[in-house]
Parts: sequence; structure tokens; C-alpha cells
Amino acid sequence: MSEVLVVVEATKEFGVKKVTLEMLTLARELGTPSAVVLGGAGAAEALSAKLGEYGAEKIYAAEGEEIDGYLVAPKATVVAELVKRVQPAAVLLASSQEGKEIAARLAVKLDNGILTDVVGLAADGTATQVAFAGSTIVKSKVTKGLPLVTVRPNSLNPAPAAATPAVEQLTVSVTDADKLAKVVDRVAEQKGSRPELTEASVVVSGGRGVGNADNFKLVEELADLLGGAVGASRAAVDSGFYPHQFQVGQTGKTVSPQLYVALGISGAIQHRAGMQTSKTIVAVNKDGEAPIFELADYGVVGDLFKIVPQAAEEIRKRK
Amino acid sequence: MNIVVLVKQVPDSGADRNLRSDDNTVDRGSANNVINEMDEYAIEEALKIKEAHGGEVTILTMGPDRATESIRKALSMGPDKAVHVVDDALHGSCAVATSKVLAAALGQLGADLVICGAESTDGRVQVMPHMIAERLGVAALTGARKLTVDGSALTVERQTEEGYEVVTASTPAVVSVWDTINEPRYPSFKGIMAAKKKPVQTLSLGDLGVAPAEVGFDGATSAVVEHSKRPPRSGGEKITDEGEGGVKLVEFLATEKFV
Repeated sequence: MSEVLVVVEATKEFGVKKVTLEMLTLARELGTPSAVVLGGAGAAEALSAKLGEYGAEKIYAAEGEEIDGYLVAPKATVVAELVKRVQPAAVLLASSQEGKEIAARLAVKLDNGILTDVVGLAADGTATQVAFAGSTIVKSKVTKGLPLVTVRPNSLNPAPAAATPAVEQLTVSVTDADKLAKVVDRVAEQKGSRPELTEASVVVSGGRGVGNADNFKLVEELADLLGGAVGASRAAVDSGFYPHQFQVGQTGKTVSPQLYVALGISGAIQHRAGMQTSKTIVAVNKDGEAPIFELADYGVVGDLFKIVPQAAEEIRKRK
Repeated sequence: MNIVVLVKQVPDSGADRNLRSDDNTVDRGSANNVINEMDEYAIEEALKIKEAHGGEVTILTMGPDRATESIRKALSMGPDKAVHVVDDALHGSCAVATSKVLAAALGQLGADLVICGAESTDGRVQVMPHMIAERLGVAALTGARKLTVDGSALTVERQTEEGYEVVTASTPAVVSVWDTINEPRYPSFKGIMAAKKKPVQTLSLGDLGVAPAEVGFDGATSAVVEHSKRPPRSGGEKITDEGEGGVKLVEFLATEKFV
């Protein structure tokens, strides 16, 4: 069977991201998964056990300052060379900012079609995408070149399938044109040890109804009790209650968790765009006519400052 | 500094949006078409740079005739002029082909700095800045929440999932911006009047030296096979809190095995 290249997403703090495990699981349906690790020195070694656990038969590693010290372009050059050499059945990347950007450059370098925000990929290369804020389901195909797709987090359940990957170090030969955008600093702002927003199986979000930044502690508390990530509506972000990287909606992140809890969020179309493919939706809002209730599987009309602390207390009791 | 801002006309994301049943492209005919919201932040950033450092701001749009409305709207914020790439053969173009056309137009315009929104609200594909930079062989500083210009030196704070990265480059470059970067100005009455007289140059594929077979459906590198509307969600149980709302909420979560 042909190789399927999976470009690994990982963080220093949490290691291999869940979307990578989803991609490896998907890749096993299409061929033999090979993981591609692009990062600083020693990156592949730190990740290889996890990648093997989910079926990576091979790991290609491109490591060092030439890869890690610049924005995206060197990574695309390395993957493009690898694609030309191994002629894979497909190339999978995460549908994250960086995953899409690497894929963008690959598409131009290889003059190859690209499909983003893919939630399923059949053996014949037909991809399923969700468009227009989750309102439309699209089946599409790359018609020039190999399937080059970016996979949206939480599209499938990752399943382990142990393999013992052989690691091949790639020779990195990037051009000067790849080194035009230099990363001079990386600053972490993520708070605590909560799961990453797009990958979390539970997301608890707060909106304008939360009232102020301090009150977001309530949202965080419920998120922590449920083992979830914290999100925020655009209204809450614009009002300065919570940082932008946690914004869920049309101009923020798209999430698709098992459980989405909306606190003090009216459910404007801008917000629904980012969360309406969630499996189960729960809402608390003082306005019984708020549109969020039209999509909530369970809604409580009332004062979130009474309901949320009570719910938190009840969860503690049950633990 | 010669700044070009990429502006895309998109169907209003606040209304129902559809794909056409005949050719599977975005239904623009029945939609209320507006400037891609994120592009207004790109325009604002370009105007701020011009105000601080001098230069000229040009709007570049690829789209059908009706995109003229969005171009005038963009010009009413303050840019100097616009270039509209319009050609019937462009209908059905994929992202790869679109980047080829935009790169050809940018090559003619000779921009020092290209600014665009981080993504459009219709496709949300997020690939255009890097595709264009790859074709032009210039730097791409993407996902900026802050941009600093010092002569030819550019520094951005790039929003990431963990926080941000500080990324530097020199012009010429492509910068894409998130909506946290600034607060776009509203067009003034004077601006709206002035926009009507600002030059809008139209360019065809022939003007750009791009063959019709390289774009549109003929040149597309991907295709929509079929599409369908997702059944809308329906609301479930809704209770009014009478003192036990929090407990009842947890009871629901427990039946769904989240607690």
C-alpha cells in the first residue's frame, strides 16, 4: 500500500495534538501512515512513541533552526521534496492556521489542488467538508494531483493501532526565499493546563451576559470541572472580557466538541457559525427568547450567576 | 510605501448562504454581497501606515462586475484607487488559480506591502496570503494582531493557539490580519462622495498574461462533487430556573454522561 503522509501538529507543552492522532487513524484507511515531524532539534524523538501508538509505520523528521526559526515556508519546501520522492497516496495536514499555510504553499509548489476543513476522506479521494457555518455539507475532490487535505480537529475518534516506526532524518535544504519571515520570539499566553480549544471534547463559553473579565472565573471553573476548554463569544472578546484566541465564531475558532456549554451567549449567527456542529449543546441565558435556545439540546432560562455556581457545586458533590 | 489591499466580495455571513445547484459555486446572485469583513481591518491598517509613513493605498479585487459595489465601499474608507480583475473566464476558479491571477496583478502593481484579511467569511480557506507569497517569492507574515512598520522592516505579532509569535521580515511582503488588529473607520460622507471619483482600473486575463484555460472550471485543481443542506438543529428541552436550574442542568449532563 502507498504511504500516506501525515504532517504532525504538536505543542511543546502537550506533545502530539489530538488532530494528529485523528489524521493517523484516517491515514490507515487510505494506506500506510508515515508521520512527518517538522520542528526544533529532537522533536521527532519526543513524539515517536505516541505516533507509533497510533499506527505511524515511518517517521520522517526535519529538525533544527532552519525549520523552526522561520514561518512555514521551510516546512513546505521539505514536505514538497518528500512528496516528490515518495509519491504518497495522500497528504494530510491539520486544518489549523499553520497546517493550512503549509498546505497552501505545497499546493502552489506542486500545482496541486487543496481541500481545507475536511471532516472525512474516502479511499477514492472524495472529501467531506462542512461549509457556510456548518449549514452545508460538501463532497469534493482534488482533480489535479494527489489528495492534499487539511483535517478539521474533532472530525473522528482517534483509535490506537501499535506500530514501531522507523525514523528517517531528512536532509534540510531550504532556500533563501524560505527564510524571509523570521520567528524571533514565541510567547505563551495559554492559561493553565486546559485542553486546546479546537481539540477539546468539552467547551464552556461565555458571552456578553458574563458581564466582565473577572466574572469569566465562573466560566473557567465550570470548564475545569468538566475537563473542558474555555471559549468566548465575539461580544465578550470585543468587550475585553477574554483574549481573542479563545473566540468562537465566524471570525474566530470553529469548534465541534461532544459538549458545548453557552453561558450568557445570545447565539447570534456570528457565534453559531463556530459551534453549531457540536454534538450536544447546553445553554444558560436570562432571555428565554435568545436564539441560542433554538439549537440547544438543553436550555435553562435564568440568571447564570445563580445557575452556574449551583451547577458547579452539584458537579463537585457528584465527583 | 506602495500598499495594496486585497478585498473580496462575499455573501453576507449574517444571512442564509448557499451553493448553486447548477455549477456548485457560491450563489452570489441571490445573496446580499458585501466586503469580506476581515478585509476592512486590512484597509484600516493600510490607511494607518500611509498616514504615518506616506505612500499610496490601492484596492485589488478579483470578482464579477457586481464586485464594483464593494470596491466603491472600500474606497470610501480612504484608499487612493482600485484595480478590479474581471473576466468571465474566472468563474469557477479554485484557490490555486485565484492566487495565480492575484500574483500576476500584484506583479504589475509592484507593491511594497500587500495586506489582506486572515480569511474570508465564505470559504474560510485561509491559504491566499501564503499562495501569493510563494508565487511572488516574498515574505508572508500571517495572522497578525499587531503590525509595526519601520522603514522597510516589518514586525508582526502573529496570533497562535498558544499565544503569539513575533515574526520579522523586510518589504516586499504579504501581511494578513485578524480583526483584533484595529478598529476600522466608518466611511465619512466626504469619503463616500470622493470614492465615486476615484480611479478604478479593470484588468482582464489578457492584460495579466494568464490564459483562460489556467483558471475557471477548466483550470480548477479541485471540484465540488455534490452538496446538501445540513438539517437545521432543533431546540430540545428548555426550563426556567426556579431555584434548581443548576442542579437540573447537571442532571441533564449526567444523563448524557458528561458528569
